[in-house]
Amino acid sequence: MTTRESEAAAPLDLLDERLRHGGGWRAVARAGWERLRAGDVGPLPIVAGLVVIWTVFQLLNPAFLSSANLVNLLMESVAVGVIALGVVCVLLVGQIDLSVGSVSGLSAALTAVTFVNSGWPLPLALAAAIGAGAAIGWLYAQLVTRLGVPSFVATLAGLLSFLGLQLYLLGSTGAINLPYDSGPVHFAQLAFVPEWLSYLLVVAAALALFGAGHGLARTRRAAGLSARSTPLLVARSAAVLVGGVLAVRYLNQGRGVGWMVVAFVALVLVLNYALTRTAWGRSVFAVGGNAEAARRAGINVRRVYTSAFVLCSSLAALGGVLAASRLAAANQASGAGDVNLNAIAAAVIGGTSLFGGRGSAFSALLGILVIQSISSGLTLLDLDSSFRFIVTGLVLALAVALDSAARRSRAAHGRA
Amino acid sequence: MSVVLSLRGISKNFGAVAALSEVDLDVAAGEVVAVVGDNGAGKSTLVKVLAGVHRADSGTIAFEGAPVTIGSPAGAHALGIATVFQDLALCENLNVVENLFLGRELRRSRLDEVTMELRSWELLRQLSAKIPTVRVPVASLSGGQRQTVAIARSLLGDPKVIVLDEPTAALGVAQTAEVLALIERLRDRGLGVIMISHNMADVRAVADRVAVLRLGRNNGVFAASAVSEQDIIAAIVGAVPVPEDHRGSDDDT
Ligand SMILES: Nc1ncnc2c1ncn2[C@@H]1O[C@H](COP(=O)(O)OP(=O)(O)O)[C@@H](O)[C@H]1O
Ligand SMILES: [Mg+2]
Repeated sequence: MTTRESEAAAPLDLLDERLRHGGGWRAVARAGWERLRAGDVGPLPIVAGLVVIWTVFQLLNPAFLSSANLVNLLMESVAVGVIALGVVCVLLVGQIDLSVGSVSGLSAALTAVTFVNSGWPLPLALAAAIGAGAAIGWLYAQLVTRLGVPSFVATLAGLLSFLGLQLYLLGSTGAINLPYDSGPVHFAQLAFVPEWLSYLLVVAAALALFGAGHGLARTRRAAGLSARSTPLLVARSAAVLVGGVLAVRYLNQGRGVGWMVVAFVALVLVLNYALTRTAWGRSVFAVGGNAEAARRAGINVRRVYTSAFVLCSSLAALGGVLAASRLAAANQASGAGDVNLNAIAAAVIGGTSLFGGRGSAFSALLGILVIQSISSGLTLLDLDSSFRFIVTGLVLALAVALDSAARRSRAAHGRA
Repeated sequence: MSVVLSLRGISKNFGAVAALSEVDLDVAAGEVVAVVGDNGAGKSTLVKVLAGVHRADSGTIAFEGAPVTIGSPAGAHALGIATVFQDLALCENLNVVENLFLGRELRRSRLDEVTMELRSWELLRQLSAKIPTVRVPVASLSGGQRQTVAIARSLLGDPKVIVLDEPTAALGVAQTAEVLALIERLRDRGLGVIMISHNMADVRAVADRVAVLRLGRNNGVFAASAVSEQDIIAAIVGAVPVPEDHRGSDDDT
């Protein structure tokens, strides 16, 4: 295999004599190391951080890594994770939304009022809540793109207004319970993937990953371009398969994998596809990197901003519905407290830059795992929310410092 | 030679500043027209009017004989006017292929990365570009390489006219020579080239005609082969341009 590859003419994209050749393991490892040194750290620090956090909490309380706790941790991650996914979108275009918590709370209240108090059919109630979120995002986009209001001010104003609207909707009792036998509550509390199906999903994911990678490698080779070697692709898929099966088997010792978790992962994958494989995604990164350059390339920058804000607020609204479903209630605390900052922190901790143009959908997934692990670990240690706020705040500060340092290092190494 | 692009009476004001007043300019296929002028003469503004970044306040633009309006960057591109801006307008966080095809991606809902990469290599080879790999962020390229990427990008849609704003201003000696050679290759391919420049040596090296802007107005158009550097400089700084054959007698007095 390797001999045949080296006999063939060098791929079209590796002809330059300055390139050091080789498509094998060592070339991949070396390229990765050089990227790291240049401040292009990828998901590595966060994975390392997660390992540290898990080790520490496991040492402090052996219940932390129990399957029951991990099942719970995953279920608790989803609502804020979905919100963080929206935050990733606005951060990528170089803007920010500080009101995601309020918008999620408003959406929770709206769902409860329409679905419970007014007896609307569920799809209509959900559509109203998420539609309200979309409208809020559109409003922010108008303020930012037409009036030139900085997004942190526009959304800070929104934070207060929509919190007020949420309190108004909830009325004097301040809380509306969702019936336990309703669809959303069932979905968020009791819907778990059957054991056989959870394994099947992992296998399907590994196969799909290999299929996509192999297909791409084949078209690249056919076109005379370099491509990832098949053993490398097999190894990658095998790693996903083994890791996935082990994780699923462990979770199935508890209640298993929640459908809500599967839905969140699916959402992450869809957004990842949109961001990396479509012209829209490309324009999002372009606007975040250099909005004027994007405009001169013929991109409708205003529309890109609008899509990011609408997506963010809609996902915040969806997260609010999920949070209310998980709690089986919408109340005055819905979306309040640390929800807002947790969602933003998750996106940044996961590796999406506050400076725009860098990041990925997966950062919401990784980041929320860190945040929720800290939260869960501290709860197990019987430490109340005061500690949680302090620690999460510190972690956010650390992540932002890392982001800034990496950005400076990239500038120094010319990889901004 | 047939005139591809023709400007008549173009004016553009920024508030009280008249950046361009009644500017005329023609460029033919297979011709390099240099536009020269002092700082603030309105050169970049002229480029931006052609690129659809700014809209002219008055005046007419004819493209291949037909009157047109250039309302947006996409509109300019659709007509066949490609622009390389002074600041290059590249996205540093995107790689070479992503920058080349920005706003013109193939298969918008499922990007055709392979074809885009192939076309990128083809284009860069045509320009004899010295870029080792197209999958690195543009931030890691040198000034000359970035200039080449910006020029390659402008060629992607098979334009008829290419406008370059100070293409050599930020470059070293070797890179300048490279870019000038590139401009000659573009002319030989039959494109009309408008090159903004500060540098007399560059202008004399590649231009067929030299148009001088001064304080936002035309101040003479010269055939590059027949004009001396002093005459161009005189036109730039505002001394009345003096025809070649009268100069001897002037000197005598
Ligand atoms: N966007 C703008 N807003 C206000 N004034 C501008 C703008 N762009 C250019 N100008 C003014 O127009 C004049 C011409 O500028 P410019 O075209 O950049 O000159 P050049 O490129 O020849 O140095 C200058 O006085 C400049 O200050
Ligand atoms: Mg200029």
